[in-house]
Amino acid sequence: MSSPAKLRPATAPVVFTGNFLSDGRVAWLAGDGTWSPRIAEARVFPAEAAARVPQDPRVVGPYAVEVDLAAGLPTPRRFRERLRVTGPSVVAEPALRLALAS
Amino acid sequence: MNAVTPVGAPRHPEHARLYRYDAIDRAFLQERIAEFRGQVQRRIDGALTEDEFKPLRLMNGLYLQLHAYMLRVAIPYGLLSSTQMRQLGMIARRWDRGFGHFTTRQNIQFNWTKLEDVCAMLEALADVDMHAIQTSGNCIRNVTTDEYAGAACDEVVDPRIYAEILRQWSTLHPEFTWLPRKFKIAVTGSPQDRVAAQVHDIGVLAKRDAGGAVGFEVWVGGGLGRTPLLGTKIRDWVPEADFLRFMEAVLRVYNALGQRENIYRARIKILVRDMGAEFAGAVEREFAAIPRDPYALDPAIVAAIAAHFAAPPFAALADEPATYVRARRENAEFAAWTRNALRPHRAPGYASVTISLKPIGGIPGDASADQMEALADLAERYSFGEIRVTHSQNLVLAHVRQEDLFTLWQALGPLGLATPNIGLVSDIIACPGMDYCALATARSIPVAQRISERFARLDRQLEIGELNLNISGCINACGHHHVGHIGILGVDKRGEEVYQITLGGNQGNDASIGELIGPAFSYDAVVDAVETLLRTYVDRRDPGERFVDTYRRLGAVPFREALYAPA
Repeated sequence: MSSPAKLRPATAPVVFTGNFLSDGRVAWLAGDGTWSPRIAEARVFPAEAAARVPQDPRVVGPYAVEVDLAAGLPTPRRFRERLRVTGPSVVAEPALRLALAS
Repeated sequence: MNAVTPVGAPRHPEHARLYRYDAIDRAFLQERIAEFRGQVQRRIDGALTEDEFKPLRLMNGLYLQLHAYMLRVAIPYGLLSSTQMRQLGMIARRWDRGFGHFTTRQNIQFNWTKLEDVCAMLEALADVDMHAIQTSGNCIRNVTTDEYAGAACDEVVDPRIYAEILRQWSTLHPEFTWLPRKFKIAVTGSPQDRVAAQVHDIGVLAKRDAGGAVGFEVWVGGGLGRTPLLGTKIRDWVPEADFLRFMEAVLRVYNALGQRENIYRARIKILVRDMGAEFAGAVEREFAAIPRDPYALDPAIVAAIAAHFAAPPFAALADEPATYVRARRENAEFAAWTRNALRPHRAPGYASVTISLKPIGGIPGDASADQMEALADLAERYSFGEIRVTHSQNLVLAHVRQEDLFTLWQALGPLGLATPNIGLVSDIIACPGMDYCALATARSIPVAQRISERFARLDRQLEIGELNLNISGCINACGHHHVGHIGILGVDKRGEEVYQITLGGNQGNDASIGELIGPAFSYDAVVDAVETLLRTYVDRRDPGERFVDTYRRLGAVPFREALYAPA
């Protein structure tokens, strides 16, 4: 996946993200050094750590994402990254869409 | 060479007109899948880095998007048999989340592909003579053409023949596999351009001379994206025999002189713009230097390919059969649908039906597995087993008996496929945008959904009349916003989405690039802005004027004043 272009140096705490190699799902670097599909498990690093992007052969294209912290949980500052947390903002699956419409 | 298992021919409907693979084509696909399977396995094993693997997967149509991999499948010039459509439905159900997304390049994308599944998906595609080769990368992409080919009353030359010739010529062309940038070709065989020829890298208009011989008008250097430009006509007539030699010459000049060092200046449109008339001169010199005989298009080959697209066995029918006339008279909803969904057919008693993939509040271009399978059945029953994909993200049954139209419409309704909005404000072209695309800077789909919901009432849509409203989620312009009468471009402004509006764009013979009307609107305000524009248009239009006509007559001022008037 292409990471956001023209990133300026981080000024806020960061988490690291990428996509799992096997299925492309969004991955977050967790506190125990593994990669998790849940941002709630992500380890938060100080802004200065943003340039030291960890590499893992099971994760594609890792990069740092600036976050805000609320009750200790990280929320990406950029809308793009928030979408990666929640998934598409539209109901894509036709069966679910029809069910909601009815 | 990897060992491969020979596969048999798929059972396409007898009268479906599409290029039918031979044993060599099928063996090649199996070899290609075996090769890619090895590459995928080496990637999973860690023997290939992502940098090494990425160009390999892209040349096989596999992208990595925001939430998952995406597999883009080639639908040559948008033409599918019912067998292929049914298989796409199966793939959507088995390996995706039950749907696929038809694109402006007349292809289909599966948005939830897993790397570990991709080779099984490619095998399923190969079972019906399909693949994903050259749906990405800096190569010649899927050639597009008129969705009404072989049916349109105004068709002079069947463009499918030459689109197929270009497909065969460009597939794995050793010289043009690593071009400076991607390359898109459209072919039309009607004087009325329905393929947006002037905004393609090459737009080909097939035509005939006074003696009936086929030749080609060639436009080069059109394109959308960051720098939208209309193409330049560099030849009024290329004889059929010289068709590939001339195309070869254009590609060679581009390949040699295109600006590889700067991705934003690498498309042929920049080269054509910068070189001016000298570009055509360079092509002519290259053309003259290419030996004629080895590149001459053999009439026997043209005839053999043309045979794949021979007219299906149309029945001897009359136009306006009584049952059709009566149904239209007695059923207002059906009559409303026929008004925009139908196009005249060259065979008396037939019509071409455009099926909307734009239900109110739906995702433009999406079709569920159930819909795909049902459409395959309907195509077999009513249109010789053929389906076409349009560049405006709808589908076409090209050859439907007029006496069957009412029954077909009744079948489409429960499937959610009878929305009577073709060519109207809710028939929106939209790219996947930031909901899926890794390149996007803003969402497109929910904007399209909200606009179609705002203008859901058919009487309101009919009052507004013909309108092209196109939405892109980034400057790459996959949603063709530059050629929308109203174009919407989503961009990122300090981490949030805002939407620029362009007006006056158009595709077709009088193509034009839309002009930016003013400062961008927020996500919440953009639908109101569209409504303001359309109110202004309705108030100010002369009888019979489309939005774009009124804009061209009045200019931007009244629209700008309406949009940015102090509250």
